[in-house]
Amino acid sequence: MSNKVIQAIYADDDVLLAAVKKVRAAHHHIEEIYTPFPVHGLDKAMGLAPTRIAIASFIYGCIGLCVAVAMMNYIMIEDWPQNIGGKPSFSFLDNMPAFVPIMFELTVFFAAHLMVITFYLRSKLWPFKEAENPDVRTTDDHFLMEVSASGNIEALSAFLQETGAVEVKVSEKH
Amino acid sequence: MYTFSNKLRLSAFVLMIVGVLGLGYGFLAAPGTVEEAKAMVADAHHGGGHEEVATHDAHGTHNEEHATHDTSHDEHLLHQLQNKPWAGLYVAAFFFMMISLGVLAFYAIQRVSQAGWSPLLFRVMEGITAYLLPGAILVFVILVLSGVHMNHLFIWMDPEVVAHDELIQGKTGYLNVPFFLIRAVIYIAGWAAYRHFSRKFSIAQDTADDHSYFKRNFKISAGFLVFFLVSESMMSWDWIMSVDPHWYSTLFGWYVFASMFVSGITVIALITIYLKSRGYLEEVNNSHIHDLAKFMFGISIFWTYLWFSQFMLIWYSNIPEEVTYFVTRIEDYKLPFFGMVVLNFVFPLLVLMNSDYKRLNWFVVMTGIMILLGHYLDIYNMIMPATVGDQWFIGIGEVGGVLFFLGLFIFIVFTALTKAPLLPKRNPFIEESKHFHY
Repeated sequence: MSNKVIQAIYADDDVLLAAVKKVRAAHHHIEEIYTPFPVHGLDKAMGLAPTRIAIASFIYGCIGLCVAVAMMNYIMIEDWPQNIGGKPSFSFLDNMPAFVPIMFELTVFFAAHLMVITFYLRSKLWPFKEAENPDVRTTDDHFLMEVSASGNIEALSAFLQETGAVEVKVSEKH
Repeated sequence: MYTFSNKLRLSAFVLMIVGVLGLGYGFLAAPGTVEEAKAMVADAHHGGGHEEVATHDAHGTHNEEHATHDTSHDEHLLHQLQNKPWAGLYVAAFFFMMISLGVLAFYAIQRVSQAGWSPLLFRVMEGITAYLLPGAILVFVILVLSGVHMNHLFIWMDPEVVAHDELIQGKTGYLNVPFFLIRAVIYIAGWAAYRHFSRKFSIAQDTADDHSYFKRNFKISAGFLVFFLVSESMMSWDWIMSVDPHWYSTLFGWYVFASMFVSGITVIALITIYLKSRGYLEEVNNSHIHDLAKFMFGISIFWTYLWFSQFMLIWYSNIPEEVTYFVTRIEDYKLPFFGMVVLNFVFPLLVLMNSDYKRLNWFVVMTGIMILLGHYLDIYNMIMPATVGDQWFIGIGEVGGVLFFLGLFIFIVFTALTKAPLLPKRNPFIEESKHFHY
């Protein structure tokens, strides 16, 4: 059927949020929304599935902790035990308090970096990727809602105008 | 308006009575003579020889002859056992006072930051801080009784100990009974004055035509926070750290603060959930509970950070006069010392990490109870090693102390809650607080 979408542009995030609720209540399908900044509560209003990045983050943190334990055990206990301040250098457990800061840091490091990388992969972002936003104003101060154009396009456009859009246009889907 | 249900009032009185009986038993069971003390320990050890007491507790360090002579050792044992009911009483008294002081600090921070989410909970916080003055006076009474040598919680108060101890002699300018009590009066007076006026202005704001009371509350809250940070830190040196007069830690004030802050926030959450379950505080929704639980989670981790910072630096540098503190705790208090880390860190970390669980009342209540138990143990670990050495035991006396102060706490807090409407209706942020959803 149609490869067309209707793009409704809003100038305010509160108006956008209210519009999203109305559009969803009228059973139109929202393809995507482009915003210059994260809008609080938009994911809930759009009915998107809750993010699973928290679970991923927890797993990454656990990996970081394991890496830190293995690394410190190898460096400080197995490979090259050193006498630092007379601390027991031949047992990981006895030396553990000294390794806690490293374990903590690597947990945070792994969780943070892998989470960002996961986010990039999941959103299909990579270097030199061409921007997907259909209107450059969405990087400045406008919010764009793409609604799939099915059925009566004029009626839908008029409906979107009523929700507070400052501009409504029909465009090819890309 | 909240009405204090008879059932709860009755439970508070039952707790107090049972607590007094437990405390009384603790005091009666304390040995009067050296022979009794030896018999008690012999019973507990099934007749086996009693090991040398850790030489690093505060009593042991002041006198070299002590360790060599059996008689002085036995006398030392007697003192520890005589201290035990007092220490149990003191830990419980301090713990409940600390909860209310932590809530007062939290309340002042909400006022100063002009937080929009929390005004719905202000009356709950004000109710809890009603316990501060009576609770602090009870602690003060125990301190006075120590000062007149009714007990030996603070060995630096004993002139004979000081005469043989050069380190304490050097500190007598600060650690002497009159100055100690004067400082205590100043702290308590400052906290109680802020509590009195902020409560007064808060209630006056309900019927005011403008925001002047709100603004005055903002100003005194800001002033109070400055006073609090200094007085809380000094209070923790005086009332807790000085039971180990040789030892000091520069982050001790923060460490005690973290403990009182997280306990206070936990109690706000518990009482809010209780009131909500009884049909009060209709406007409090699970986003408010979520925020409180986030604080519980965050401050638990903050507490752990300070606990570990204090531990690791001292463990690493291994300076004899510092490290004795942890040697005593790890040798004689292994279970409560590491148990509290599990209760205060591992448990909240794992249970409250998930965002959805922070909105479930029963999760917050369950974790909250664990956190409170953990922080009771925290205070226990601060006081006991220096006062009773390895003779610690959480028995009838200690539990009695907790029950008595719990009953008193419930009675005073819920009585205070009946005194004013639970909704501060004229607070400028009340609408934002009602619509707090995310």
